[in-house]
Amino acid sequence: MRDYSLFSFMDHILSIVLFTPLAGLLVLLFIPSSKPRAIKLWANAISLAGFLVSLPLVFNFDHTRDFQFVEKAAWIPTLGATYHIGIDGLGLLLVMLTTLLGFLSILSSWSAVHERLKEYYAFFLLLQTGMLGVFMALDLLLFFVFWETVLVPMYFIIGIWGGPRRVYAAIKFMIYTLIGSVLMLLGILTLYFQHYRQFQLYSFDYADLMHTQLSPAVQWWVFWAFFVGFAVKVPMWPFHTWLPDAHVEAPTAGSVILASVLLKMGTYGFLRFSLPLVPDASRNQTVVGIMVFLSIVGIVYGALASLMQKDWKKLVAYSSVSHLGFCTLGIFALNPAGMSGSIIQQINHGISTGMLFLIVGVVYERRHTREIAEYGGLLKVMPIFTLVFGLAALSSMGMPPLNGFIGELTILGGAYQEKVMWAFWAAVGIALGAAYLLWLFQRTMLGEVNEKNRTLKDLNWREIAIFAPLIVWAFWIGLNPQPYFRVLDRPVAQIVERVRPGYYAAHRLPNPLEPAAPQTQAAR
Amino acid sequence: MQLWLIPILPLAGFLINGLFGRRFSKGLINAVAIGSVVLSFAWVLKTIFGLGELSAPYTEHYFTWIQSGIVNIGCDFAVDRLTVVMLLVVTGIGSLIHIYSIGYMAHEGGYYRFFAFLNLFMFFMLVLVLAANYLVLFVGWEGVGLCSYLLIGFYFDKKFATDAGNKAFIVNRIGDFGFSLAIFYMVKNLGSLDFATVFQRAPGASEAVLTTIGLLLLLGACGKSAQLPLYVWLPDAMAGPTPVSALIHAATMVTAGVYMTARSWPIYTHAPAAMDTIAIVGIATAFFAATIGLAQNDIKKVFAYSTVSQLGYMFVGVGCGAFSAGIWHLVTHAFFKALLFLGSGSVIHALAGEQDLRHMGGLRKKTPWTFLTMMCAAVAIAGIPPFSGFYSKDAILLAAHQHAPWMYWLGVVTAGMTAFYVFRAMFLAFFGDYRGHEHAHESPPVMIAPLAILALLSLVGGFLFNVPHFLAALFPALAESEDVSLMAISVAAGLAGVALAWLMYVARPGMADSLAAGLRGLYTWVYNKYYVDELYDAAVVKPVVNGSRVVLWKGVDAGLIDGSVNGVGARARNLGSVLRLMQSGSIRSYATWVLFGSVVLIVAMVAVEISLVGGAR
Repeated sequence: MRDYSLFSFMDHILSIVLFTPLAGLLVLLFIPSSKPRAIKLWANAISLAGFLVSLPLVFNFDHTRDFQFVEKAAWIPTLGATYHIGIDGLGLLLVMLTTLLGFLSILSSWSAVHERLKEYYAFFLLLQTGMLGVFMALDLLLFFVFWETVLVPMYFIIGIWGGPRRVYAAIKFMIYTLIGSVLMLLGILTLYFQHYRQFQLYSFDYADLMHTQLSPAVQWWVFWAFFVGFAVKVPMWPFHTWLPDAHVEAPTAGSVILASVLLKMGTYGFLRFSLPLVPDASRNQTVVGIMVFLSIVGIVYGALASLMQKDWKKLVAYSSVSHLGFCTLGIFALNPAGMSGSIIQQINHGISTGMLFLIVGVVYERRHTREIAEYGGLLKVMPIFTLVFGLAALSSMGMPPLNGFIGELTILGGAYQEKVMWAFWAAVGIALGAAYLLWLFQRTMLGEVNEKNRTLKDLNWREIAIFAPLIVWAFWIGLNPQPYFRVLDRPVAQIVERVRPGYYAAHRLPNPLEPAAPQTQAAR
Repeated sequence: MQLWLIPILPLAGFLINGLFGRRFSKGLINAVAIGSVVLSFAWVLKTIFGLGELSAPYTEHYFTWIQSGIVNIGCDFAVDRLTVVMLLVVTGIGSLIHIYSIGYMAHEGGYYRFFAFLNLFMFFMLVLVLAANYLVLFVGWEGVGLCSYLLIGFYFDKKFATDAGNKAFIVNRIGDFGFSLAIFYMVKNLGSLDFATVFQRAPGASEAVLTTIGLLLLLGACGKSAQLPLYVWLPDAMAGPTPVSALIHAATMVTAGVYMTARSWPIYTHAPAAMDTIAIVGIATAFFAATIGLAQNDIKKVFAYSTVSQLGYMFVGVGCGAFSAGIWHLVTHAFFKALLFLGSGSVIHALAGEQDLRHMGGLRKKTPWTFLTMMCAAVAIAGIPPFSGFYSKDAILLAAHQHAPWMYWLGVVTAGMTAFYVFRAMFLAFFGDYRGHEHAHESPPVMIAPLAILALLSLVGGFLFNVPHFLAALFPALAESEDVSLMAISVAAGLAGVALAWLMYVARPGMADSLAAGLRGLYTWVYNKYYVDELYDAAVVKPVVNGSRVVLWKGVDAGLIDGSVNGVGARARNLGSVLRLMQSGSIRSYATWVLFGSVVLIVAMVAVEISLVGGAR
């Protein structure tokens, strides 16, 4: 009997992870607004629970199989839409990133938010379910619903709890992403009806749509329709201008979630949908050329723009543009190294940029300004904070043996295999990355202590508890990235073989998809 | 052999002092920091004796670090005779400098922080020399750069110090850019990063490939070892405490580029163009930096430019195929340059922070031990036989003569200038009358003892440690040539430099000033380091910074991109005033959005169905 109950828990583990925040939200609505402490405690408890229930995913994940923990149920039979969820290695990493960062960002709001607490936490929990759904959905309509679900709470988090220009920022965010998602929807529907024409069967199912034969012209248009949706989300240059505004105005936790998780929806979309569903268009030379060009411009442009910022948060926001450029560059290198590096870098960006935004939040909570010039000499008054910032900066600038190094190295390796110049320009971005972060560090942490900062308190235990897991994670990926590469071997091979069939054989690489593929053990 | 213990010991010291040092007494901090490094030195000795002849490299594999596609990189350490030399220099000199720092840092704030960073540096430096592949080497390479940054900016409330730290880090990043591209090039063309595999496959690769790899690696080496055109960070790096200048910016870290290029000899011997480039960069740097050293008044700046110049000699050795001569000079230079820095630290300590040679003088009576020990270093660097610098420099110059006689002659001129500027500094500091106001005192024994040991090594290190003999089996042999006349010429150049310095600064003290006045233009140019910093600032830094602000951020972002969606933005603002009404009842507005989304969905579905299915009919 006990075995059976455990079995059924694992059978529905993914739904449990997905709906824990939503269930928590429903309970939250019944807690009276007059009890702020109860609201906070409940929101924190439920988001911690959300993280804890996602842990079995890690322990039960089998990296020799594709989609796992799959659940499929009827949803809208007349449309052929199903409740179909499942994760592979790519989904696993992003789901874990979401559950952890979701908890940490809610924890970071403890003393930062004082108004309309109930709605605030409700939106965060809704956001959580939406993002998890995006990374789990294997039905394109379901995916789209979750995708749109994410938009709404984020809009309100920026628009209600944001800074002085919050309405402008929220609407800019809304319009950009809405235009993107409408076009993405057209792309999905094109696939849907094409599938119907070929098979006389209405289906939004990922696996079904993969079987559709698409003419190059249709693929071309679907690719660009998806592109707008995903590129705005990433954001790729030149669709990035919503991002600095949204970040600057959003409350700290909103920025953390936005940078760490939400942007990954775009890169995830490319990997999960654009590449496998329209492979011929994705490997088209023009497409690849444009994508790589935009990525590289993003890398260098984001880094140069960061160099110039006077606002701490805006600087971090522009650095995101640069880092996400690495991620898209890795994806469109269309080879295993580039893609697995890109996915690892997505996690890395979640860790390091999440930390950098949390760091801005810490000083903003104390001083209520983000002007870099207002700070200086914080090392003297906040030594632990300085250490945390230093580690976050090193992680972000790709210093070994921290996580960023692994991601950038693998992406550059992948880019190099395709074209030397790609790696060249990306490496320029790495050099610039050190410049803007070191300069920021110097202006804020080093130098003489500004009188206004003399009484600032160092991190308290709650804040240390927020940073600690991220720092540990950064070292883990940096020192032992092997588990991540192993988990990604299969999903990456699936995508690469779909876009460039026979790639592994042609490059004499062991194909992770072939069951008896012996692991290469280089003789030493 | 537990090679991992060698770097792990200082790492443990770093962690203990870094985490708890704030609450430790100075004695306890010393015990942890110095104990860990001395133990590491002891373990190096034990390892060396345990390994015996070392005719083949001894490798230890710990774990697979990155395995993805064709790349398979392990966390591996290896020891061969070259590693042995480096290990002894790093841990040996490192121990002495740690001990010296007890005295030097006694009155400074951030005592535990200093020793923690110093230990961390030792960790990364040992990883660098123990690495059995280029990627682990790169980890150490980046790590020592980080520690260098942290220690240059040790006095973090001084802007010039943190500026110097940033400069060091960013200039090194430019070099690392080359290094990382070299790594990718190696993976793609040689299929591995393990030293053993790469060197085994190198002879089979095309010369173009090897030349490219060699030049990219050289770019990395130029950053780390402060060669033209990336030398600019090292003189500024003297903003750090003097023991740091001795350990990191003279004896160990800056020689990493020499070590790395010598280590990569199987690549370079098949890429003659890359090798020539090394030699030319080396000799040009040696000459160029020496000329700047002639006119500096800050005692540490003199030795900093001297370091750049001497590193140039080492590159000449490597570039001319005399790899072991380059390494030999690396070793002797570690002795005498560490001593010169520690000695100048002792002077600065004695004068309560004074670094300007014009405010020194006559110190040989007040600080006799410092004077005596520094004199040993001075004769060694001047290349006077039979002291250590003579042997290694002579070996390099002989190889240079075989390679290209003009390099030899330029090297000889540089040797003369070297002797001149070092003795100029010595005479200005220790001879004549005292020109400052501080009450000078000799340093404590804990500082003098390391000076004495280094003095001994500077004197006898040359014939005591015959590095080329020790490394003979490792590197390709160079045709033997004992040309006494060439040797005599270089020694004469050194002696002439010393004599000229004596004449100008002791015998006729007014002569230097009148000479400087006579050559006003040239003197100002050299005194201001040929305005290279200003040139870089105007040509690189300003355009990047201003270009980013004006063109990219203000122009493209705010103007072009946002401007072109301005229509949308304007409408957004109008829409915003409508939407603001919805903010009060958030649940209701959420419902509105869902409704809105559904409408969009339905419209879109109908539209696509009509266009597609309709079109099909």
